[in-house]
Amino acid sequence: MFGYYIDLAWRSLKRNKVLTALMVIAIAVGIGASMTTLTVMHLLSGDPVPTRSGTLFYPQVDPDPSPATNHQPYDVMDYRSALDLWSAHRADRQAMVTSSQLRLTAPQVNLPPLMAQMLSTTSDFFPMFDVPFRYGGGWTAQDDENHARVAVISSDLNNKLFNGANSVGRTLRLKDADVRIIGVLAPWRPSPQFYDVAGGRFSNGDTAGFYSKPEDVFVPFQSSLEINAGGFQPFTCWSMPDPAHLQNAPCVWVALWVQLNSAAKVGSYRRYVADYAAQQKALGRFVHADNTQLRSLMAWLDFNQVVPSDVRLQTWLAFAFLLICLFNTVGLLLAKFLRRAGEIGVRRALGASRAAVFAQCLVEAGLIGLLGGAGGLLLTLFGLWLVRSQPVEYADLVHLDTTMFLATFVLAITASLLAGVLPALRASRMVPSLQLKTL
Amino acid sequence: MDILPILTTLRRHKVTALLVILEVALTCAIVCNAVFLVSQRLQRMDMPSGVAEHELVQVQAVGIGRQVNGKARAQEDLAQLRQIPGVTGAALVNQVPFTNSSWNSSVKLDPTQKQATLNATTYFGENLLQTFGTKLLEGRYFNAGDYLEFDEVQRDLKLRPQVVVITRELGQRLWPGVSALGKTIYMGEDPVRVVGVVDGLIRPSLFNGDASAQWTIVFPLRMSASSANRYVLRTAPGERERVIAGAVAKLKAVDSRRVITDKKTLDEIRREFFQNDRSMAGLLVGVCIALLAVTALGIVGLGSFWVAQRRRSIGVRRALGATRANILHYFQTENFLLATIGIALGMVLAYGINLFLMLHYELPRLPAAYFPVGAIVLWLIGQAAVLGPALRAAAVPPVVATRSV
Repeated sequence: MFGYYIDLAWRSLKRNKVLTALMVIAIAVGIGASMTTLTVMHLLSGDPVPTRSGTLFYPQVDPDPSPATNHQPYDVMDYRSALDLWSAHRADRQAMVTSSQLRLTAPQVNLPPLMAQMLSTTSDFFPMFDVPFRYGGGWTAQDDENHARVAVISSDLNNKLFNGANSVGRTLRLKDADVRIIGVLAPWRPSPQFYDVAGGRFSNGDTAGFYSKPEDVFVPFQSSLEINAGGFQPFTCWSMPDPAHLQNAPCVWVALWVQLNSAAKVGSYRRYVADYAAQQKALGRFVHADNTQLRSLMAWLDFNQVVPSDVRLQTWLAFAFLLICLFNTVGLLLAKFLRRAGEIGVRRALGASRAAVFAQCLVEAGLIGLLGGAGGLLLTLFGLWLVRSQPVEYADLVHLDTTMFLATFVLAITASLLAGVLPALRASRMVPSLQLKTL
Repeated sequence: MDILPILTTLRRHKVTALLVILEVALTCAIVCNAVFLVSQRLQRMDMPSGVAEHELVQVQAVGIGRQVNGKARAQEDLAQLRQIPGVTGAALVNQVPFTNSSWNSSVKLDPTQKQATLNATTYFGENLLQTFGTKLLEGRYFNAGDYLEFDEVQRDLKLRPQVVVITRELGQRLWPGVSALGKTIYMGEDPVRVVGVVDGLIRPSLFNGDASAQWTIVFPLRMSASSANRYVLRTAPGERERVIAGAVAKLKAVDSRRVITDKKTLDEIRREFFQNDRSMAGLLVGVCIALLAVTALGIVGLGSFWVAQRRRSIGVRRALGATRANILHYFQTENFLLATIGIALGMVLAYGINLFLMLHYELPRLPAAYFPVGAIVLWLIGQAAVLGPALRAAAVPPVVATRSV
């Protein structure tokens, strides 16, 4: 029966090509627009560490002594607080991170010096965030302690400098210091680049920068402070800093990430951070001891509203557009079915039930949805290509994955079936005798 | 034209009539808001900077390793840069408009204040105002005696600049209705006196919202090559590319080890700064056109269907003496009625969407002028779309009435 309905639907679609084309185009355009924006949303609002994002947390304290103006602690920490909390090793894993820019050259490689982004971090960073290695591996806690001159480089930098060959053991010159490469990452592109996310609430929705690529060089925290002294930028300061020595400056510039494997540990770490703040207040270093936070990774991303507001606006717009396209399709389907009143009257008179007529009409609507979905897929690919050609940080992330490929058709067919319900209902309610009389 | 028979007919086609109304209403609501968003973005892109934009270029040179004598290096660099033919001004500054990276400080009107009055951006650099080409409204620019070395101010707490130049808007915000000249503001505990007011100087990053775009303070601080790396040069618009090339060559000649990280005209920097706004505006315009086209097609489709369905009754009317013009006007009036209801509904919806956007995107209220303009556009589109089907209806010959009744 289903096959027969499809055959009928196909004949009916062919009978009025202009009307069919109008409906298919309307659905295709609506689907194309909404799937393009939905795909971008899907890619930007995903979980950057799907394997263990539930166990990653972001502590915050408030070292600013000025009278309370902010209800929220600063987005990152001052050096002393970060170092204290990190060295206590109260979490299952912990890593300090801060990012800076410096000049990079590779001896024996014939390339001009380049300005690279360096991530200063500690040994737990790599296992904690599931960072994949192509060659070698990360450094040890011992290396952190010894201020070892070692580095892990990104796969992009390895391709640029060493044509993708195993560069473990080779030397890089960072500013004036030599470091030994001990690890090369496999391509790693978390979306967003979550461990650097901060300051989202001050960005007025222009948060595309959170989706830039990870840094090119990863260096042990203490080593990097020596190598790039004076090269670090504070997130903000509450009084005039000495930029050459941020360690003691009244500035926040270091983020701390911790891994807590159970709810009990989260609770006790939360208490630990609060106790630390209280203790610092007793020591006279903090004024606002009660202003601490421990957000989970996903909560921190939400707090920073990482998805750019333009992308959210575009998604709203696209779905409103799809809605209008659907209204259009409802109207056209209604026109189409009611025009066939005579034919439907004959079928009813010959014994087809209302349900059968209803089903037949829905099959036709579904077929239009399928055709519209195919057109929508092409338009989605075109739309994503347009997004990729935009100069935004997340351009290289944008692609259609299997989920979204299937979602395109599901959305198209669901939309067209929804659009078909009312016209099909009207068609199946027709009184056969009236229609037969006018034939 | 009698409206009553049309209403009677429409009552028999409630669903289809409702569909046209809803489609017109949604389109009206979305297009009104989208056009408003576009106008907001365009307006934002026109934001005045207060500097001689077409005459400025920026070259950013990152010094390498330890800078032994940053002060001497900066003086040497600037002397070399001023020798480039066509350069009328050169300055080493801490920040440049539209570069998204800014130095900011809180400002107090009274040193005992607990909360700062506001947060303003702080520009440092010798000859910065002259090079930028800001417009002096009151008072004076800095003279040689005002300047301090930024590096020394960092080290010595007793060294503090005494005077500042601020923008007109900041002055009006701090002391509404009176001249800012000679007034004192406090940077933390340190008082500074306003000696000059310029018409405008935009902050490099609009992180505090566009309303505070012009809250700017300029300090008489001389930057060194170890504390700043943005060289700004002023030249004639046609000379900019040549001057950039010359500046890169000169800076490399002074120190071949440094990396030129950026070299652009201020026009390019501005274009990049507003890139998002531009592409969003383009996208919204595209969506508006597509929406209007889809709505028009929907009206054509339903119109054709109605004409086909009523072919016989049209024939009867024609046979009873209705002219072609009567039939044409009938369909045009019908469309006008539906569009009007749709537009009325759309206006309410447009207002609702605007309220939502005001809440979530800090957008201003939709100006009332959008409503009549939106209505006229949709009426015109409705009439254009229905014309084809209506003409076909008018062409139905009276003889149809005699067939197969």
